[in-house]
Amino acid sequence: MALLTRRQALVGSLSGAGLLLAGCGQIFQGDALTGNPSFLRVLAAAEGWTRASQRFLLGGGALAQEFKAADISPRFKANGTLNPGGDDYDRHVEEGFANWRLKIDGMVAHPLSLSVAELRKLPARSQITRHDCVEGWSAIGGWTGTPLALLLKAAGVLPGAKYVVFYCADNLDGEPSKGGEQGPGQYYESVALVDAMHPQTLIAYDMNGKPLDVAHGAPLRLRVERQLGYKHAKYVQRIQLVSDFRRISGGKGGYWEDRGYEWYAGV
Amino acid sequence: MTSYEDGITGAAKPGAALPKPKREVIYRHAALVRLTHWLNALAIFVLVGSGLNIFNAHPQLYWGQKGGELDTPFLALQAIDAPGGMRGQTVIGQFHFDTTGVLGVSRQAGELSARGWPDWLTIPTYTDLADARHFHFFFAWILVLNGLAYLAWGLGSRHLRRDIWPTKADLKSIPRSIWDHVRLKHPTGEAAKRYNVLQRLAYLGLILAVTGMVLTGLSMSPGIDAFANWLPQLFGGRQSARALHFVFASLIVLFIVVHLVEVVLAGPINEVQSMITGRYTVPREHD
Repeated sequence: MALLTRRQALVGSLSGAGLLLAGCGQIFQGDALTGNPSFLRVLAAAEGWTRASQRFLLGGGALAQEFKAADISPRFKANGTLNPGGDDYDRHVEEGFANWRLKIDGMVAHPLSLSVAELRKLPARSQITRHDCVEGWSAIGGWTGTPLALLLKAAGVLPGAKYVVFYCADNLDGEPSKGGEQGPGQYYESVALVDAMHPQTLIAYDMNGKPLDVAHGAPLRLRVERQLGYKHAKYVQRIQLVSDFRRISGGKGGYWEDRGYEWYAGV
Repeated sequence: MTSYEDGITGAAKPGAALPKPKREVIYRHAALVRLTHWLNALAIFVLVGSGLNIFNAHPQLYWGQKGGELDTPFLALQAIDAPGGMRGQTVIGQFHFDTTGVLGVSRQAGELSARGWPDWLTIPTYTDLADARHFHFFFAWILVLNGLAYLAWGLGSRHLRRDIWPTKADLKSIPRSIWDHVRLKHPTGEAAKRYNVLQRLAYLGLILAVTGMVLTGLSMSPGIDAFANWLPQLFGGRQSARALHFVFASLIVLFIVVHLVEVVLAGPINEVQSMITGRYTVPREHD
């Protein structure tokens, strides 16, 4: 029987410690659990508790805090897609978005198709609000746009419609991984009817008194105050009323939702 | 109501076993204290680990309502390009510290990578904001419900009033108690049957820190903020609340370190056993 040399013993015990640490990561730091669908379902229950409690607390349509012009962030970070690019979008940029259409369809009595100019003629709302990114940072910006409730009333939401889905021009295909695996994908989002009808929910066309720039979602973006930044879809082209979003894209109701983030982003 | 369930109130029979004082065992921790203690320990363990993973998504802290990449943080764990390769830097105000290997830049799967906190501190070990948030919010609910159960029981049973809240005599004994702790002298006999003043203040402090933790956590929720604008304002804004969330977490970690050291010094087997079975062997007086 060969005796261990001191070096072998040292290397052996070090790699043993390494394995032990790796095992710690697997067990105590939860790595082994995140691949387990039933465990994830247990954790995901918390999203339901959060949504139910916030629905209860916010039942009265409480408004997100509005700020003064002096509070506006001098530089508001643009996140996610900074320019959708592509021939189509580039042409819209050249045309000053004169031919951009916002379609409203799905479970509505009167499907609509509106230009940005037409939207600008409708009653507008301006608000200075704080934008909270899921990553942790916040920025304050001023937004002007058409209340979504007004558009939905004009379109006539049919009974049975529960969610409002927003389809965007940007495709994040090929973006470096952030928060897990990243597939090809068009950006989209969805909110419940109760959030869509909230007075501060806008299809915004102006930011800080100027038309939206490309990085911040030109020509139209969603503002859904009371939820995190990824819900605020940019480059919105189409709004669809549905009873269920399970058959749209990854089935979780949004680009980031399909990649593991909560659909209800009130926390 | 029997004193049996009243937390640490001893059930020692006075004078009963005076001739042969062998081993005095008292019923120290009520079942609810034991249950909430371990649930709390689990929740805080997961919350700290997943919190550090979430922190890594934006490892900077600001003061006020707003703050982001284009603003000046008062604390940052960052990666910088240096001639010899990537370096990790911890920035506190105007001070810069090289913390390569631990903060800002550390090894992940053998490779140096830019991450605020190292993988051996985060839950899960790999950087994933979505997964970390699932852990965090699930255990945040556990922490809150568990904490409310403890506080409701603690008030109803007078456990908080009797065992945690310091008496006037306790407050007067602070200097002596500090001196006892410095000398690592632990109470024995009758004195060991109740929490000493530093224990009371530490447990009270923990209750306050966890409360602060929960309130600053809620202040970061845009939904809760719409319901209660005053909540983030109470802490100076959403970003201040985020910074204070980190400060409260640090205080809780400090508590845990001291708590564990004290458990070891006071006799780990007896202490841990008492938090599992409720039964605590009173350390005998030295003579």
